[in-house]
Amino acid sequence: MAEIRLEGLHKRFGRVVAVRDVSLEIREGEFVVLLGPSGCGKTTVLRLVAGLETPDRGRVWIGGRDVTRLPPGRRDLGMVFQSYALFPHMRVFDNVAFGLRMRGVGVAEQRRRVEEVAELLQIADLLDRYPAQLSGGQRQRVAVARALVVRPQVLLMDEPLSNLDALLRLHMRAELKRLHREVGSTTVYVTHDQVEAMSLGDRVAVLREGQVVQFDTPTQIYDHPSDRFVGSFLGNPPMNFFQATVDPEDGSLRVEGVKFPAPVAYAQALAERRGGPILVGIRPEHVSVGTGPLRGEVLVAEPLGAQKLLTVRTAQHLVKVAVGPDHAARPGEHVALDLPEAHLRLMDAQTERALPRR
Amino acid sequence: MTLRKLGLYAAALLLTAWVLAPIVLIALAAATPREDLYRWPRPLWPERLSFEILSSFARQEAVLRALGNSLAVAGLTIVLATLVSAPAGYALARYPFRGREAVQLGILATKMFPATALAVPLAVAFIRWGLYDTLLGVALVHTALSVPFVILIVASVFRGVPAELEEAAMSLGASRVGAFIRVTFPMALPGLAAAAIFTFILSWNEVFAATLLTVNHRTLPALLVHSVVAEGAPLHYRYAGGFFLVLPALVIIFVIRRYLLTLWGVTVR
Repeated sequence: MAEIRLEGLHKRFGRVVAVRDVSLEIREGEFVVLLGPSGCGKTTVLRLVAGLETPDRGRVWIGGRDVTRLPPGRRDLGMVFQSYALFPHMRVFDNVAFGLRMRGVGVAEQRRRVEEVAELLQIADLLDRYPAQLSGGQRQRVAVARALVVRPQVLLMDEPLSNLDALLRLHMRAELKRLHREVGSTTVYVTHDQVEAMSLGDRVAVLREGQVVQFDTPTQIYDHPSDRFVGSFLGNPPMNFFQATVDPEDGSLRVEGVKFPAPVAYAQALAERRGGPILVGIRPEHVSVGTGPLRGEVLVAEPLGAQKLLTVRTAQHLVKVAVGPDHAARPGEHVALDLPEAHLRLMDAQTERALPRR
Repeated sequence: MTLRKLGLYAAALLLTAWVLAPIVLIALAAATPREDLYRWPRPLWPERLSFEILSSFARQEAVLRALGNSLAVAGLTIVLATLVSAPAGYALARYPFRGREAVQLGILATKMFPATALAVPLAVAFIRWGLYDTLLGVALVHTALSVPFVILIVASVFRGVPAELEEAAMSLGASRVGAFIRVTFPMALPGLAAAAIFTFILSWNEVFAATLLTVNHRTLPALLVHSVVAEGAPLHYRYAGGFFLVLPALVIIFVIRRYLLTLWGVTVR
């Protein structure tokens, strides 16, 4: 178990800057998810931690040790690859025992520890098979077992669930969470799936174009996105955004000409923006339908089981609204919307960064 | 459906016949007694088969020595070609260095240079270096001839082994070399074996350099060419010699083919 510290990591491939100035502090035993769209540099950050890439600038610390120049094998970590990267010419047992052999662990001890970790991952009856004879889910378990058997200080996972079908992914997600609780190793997990990130991470680092745009707990990121990108990347459907203005007289918000009281927390930030443009964000489940000053027409109603999703067209915006499954709204119907003050998230109209709250 | 199947089988038969016919013909001719060989018209299928010519051919001391030379040269060529090509192929497969495409093309372009133009300077150089009429000299030329192809084969073989496997081995504590030895090499082995066969057959069949650069230490093809061209060896001798040249290639391909398919005890997909 060890903490990880990344200091100003910078990495470019040719002309492409993959990682720019990434600094993160990951606590001992913490489960941190690196989340972002493809090409955002999250995998490169993971590979920098693993030592599979060398940074152009910056340092990597694991457990208080500067490992920036150390090869992967001497960083005391275990890694699970997206493709699992099981050795096809070795039986499952030898795959799992590989790291132990590299560390010169005795044969009897090898067997004991492989069996122990096989028990943990429920692959004990697969040890004599070759990887080609396993299903996707079984391969995944073997890959995790192989990384865990050396009892690494740090466990790195690169989209480990993305090659599984939906049901199995759901199952393995819960399994990984249980595993982390039992093993307790510091874990860095890369994914582009926001649901995975929310459900697994103690904290989530959202990356965009090689930079960390927000690093916080899942609820904090969901409730208080640091900018428009985070608000739209997390949550399904994404956060709604309204182009609005700040009323020059009383500092309230004007959305499509309709006045909404501004949240008190933003009073200070709004004071200097009177008469200017502003971006107003709100999650679909917080928009209330029925009474309210904003008029719109329901375009689509999608029953999703636990909830119903409405697409409402107002004068200037398309608004996604999540309502209860029994809500009676039909396409073509005119509805009134309200934007409750407590759930409004205000952002700068130009930079699209969240305004400071008090 | 049936018609398509019929066409498929016909095509397969045709291809097989295309490959097998010369081999069968030379085998039959080699096993025909001397008197029958010179009869006219000669029956397609000989009335009697005898191994007399083949066995007397195989018992000649010069032939046995040439056979040994051929095997030694081919073995040496495989070792040398692998030593040169494996690192080059690995580098081409794994490292995206500047000018990689140009290097790859340049390697192949060397094959466009006619070997005949090199013959005299090569002979002169070899005499000067004391390599003339040595097996090592012939093996060096065969290495030079095979290396461009072998590099390209080996590069594609290494490309077929995912880099992630090496990275996984390294993340588990193996060094770069250790990861290669424990993971990449065993996985590349079938492909490397194929490259070795290729090298063997190239060396085994090579006549030109072997004839020019040797006098006393001839390889089997060089010996045969010499005895046919310079000494006008009789027909039956030629057939027997031809059969001897084909035989090892066949045996090796048969042996290795099975090895290629069942290397890991599982079907390689």
